[in-house]
Amino acid sequence: MGRFHRHDDGTVHTHEHGDHPHDHDHGDHGDFEGYDTGAQRIDVLEEAIFAENDVRADANRAVFGSNGIRALNLMSSPGSGKTTVLQATLDELAGEFAIGVIVGDIATDLDAAKLSGRGAQVSLLNTSNGFGGECHLDAPMVNRALAGLDLPGLDLVIIENVGNLVCPAEFDVGEHAKVMVYSVTEGEDKPLKYPVMFRSVDVVLLNKIDLVPYLDVNVDSYIAHVREVNAEATILPISARTGVGMGAWFEWLRRFVTASDA
Amino acid sequence: MHELSLCQAIARVVNTHADGRHVVVVRVRVGALRQVVPESLSFCWKIVRDFENMPDAELELECVTTEVKCRACGRQSEITSAWSIWCPQCDSPDVEVLHGNEFLVTSLDVS
Repeated sequence: MGRFHRHDDGTVHTHEHGDHPHDHDHGDHGDFEGYDTGAQRIDVLEEAIFAENDVRADANRAVFGSNGIRALNLMSSPGSGKTTVLQATLDELAGEFAIGVIVGDIATDLDAAKLSGRGAQVSLLNTSNGFGGECHLDAPMVNRALAGLDLPGLDLVIIENVGNLVCPAEFDVGEHAKVMVYSVTEGEDKPLKYPVMFRSVDVVLLNKIDLVPYLDVNVDSYIAHVREVNAEATILPISARTGVGMGAWFEWLRRFVTASDA
Repeated sequence: MHELSLCQAIARVVNTHADGRHVVVVRVRVGALRQVVPESLSFCWKIVRDFENMPDAELELECVTTEVKCRACGRQSEITSAWSIWCPQCDSPDVEVLHGNEFLVTSLDVS
C-alpha cells in the first residue's frame, strides 16, 4: 500500500530521463538565487500537499493499533455491492470477531440501517460538510466517526467508503488494507479507466458472478485487466447475494484480523 | 480531482514558508500517476490566490513522467501507457515506481 504515502522530496532539481533517485540530503539546500526583481527563492522541505490528511491517517492508525484493531477501507463504484458484501460478512463473522462498521455516505442513513441488527457496531458518517466535497471519506472524517464506536472492545473496523472509483483512492484514512468490490455488470475495462483505484487495493472482490449466465462477459478478461494495473492484489470472484465464493473472502478476513500489525 | 481544495492546501504550505513575505512564484511538482489535472489546478489557483492574499503568486507546475525500475530485468523505463506500469521492455509486472507519485510544493519565490 505505499501509493499515497508521502513522497516528501524537497530537492529542487529538473527531472530528466535516466535520473536516478538519490538520497535527499537537506543540508545542501541553501541556494537563494538573486533575481533582478529582488526575489528570493525558498526551498520547501518535507511538505507534501496531502500532509494534513496523512498525519491524521497515521493518528487513526495509531488509535487502531493501540486498541488491537485491524482496519479495512472498503471502496467501489456505486451499486457494486459493498453493502450486500458487508451484510453477508457481518452475518458470517460478527459472532467470531467484534466488528465495527463506519458507514460513509453523502446523505441518508440507508446503508447504516441495512447493517444494523447484525451484531456489529455501526457509526454513520454523512459527508455533506466534508473537506473538498462529499465524494470520499478522508482521515479527519473517519477520526470523527471513531467517537461513535466502543474501540477497546473491537477486533475489526470496516470503513465503508462513498461509492466512487476516483477520489477515495487518494485518501489514506488510517486503514491497514484496502479492499474494493468490482462487479461483473460494470464492464471489463474499468481497471484501465480507473488505474489509480485498482492499483491501490489489496483485494478485489469480483462480485455478482451469479449473473454471468445472463451477461455477455468473460470473467477471465475482468481478471486480466485487473492484473494489468495491479499484479499483486488478491482477486476473489464472489456473489454476495448467493454466497458463491464468499468462503474465500471470509478466510482472507480471518487471516487479516488475526495478522499482526506489521 | 478537488483541485480547488488542493490549491487551498498549497496556499497553506506557502503561507507557512513565506512567513508574511510577498509571494511571486509557487512551484509544484505533479507526478503523472496522480489524479490531478494540471489545467484545473492552474485555473483554480487563479481563484484561490486572491482569497489567500497572494494575488501575484504564479503557479509553476513541474509535471513528472512515470518511471519504473523492473525487478525482473533490472532496467529503468519511462511509462507511456495510460494504465499499465508493467515493464515496457520485458513485460514483467514486478516493477518499482521511481517517479510518478510526486505531489508537493518544491519551492517558492518571495520578494
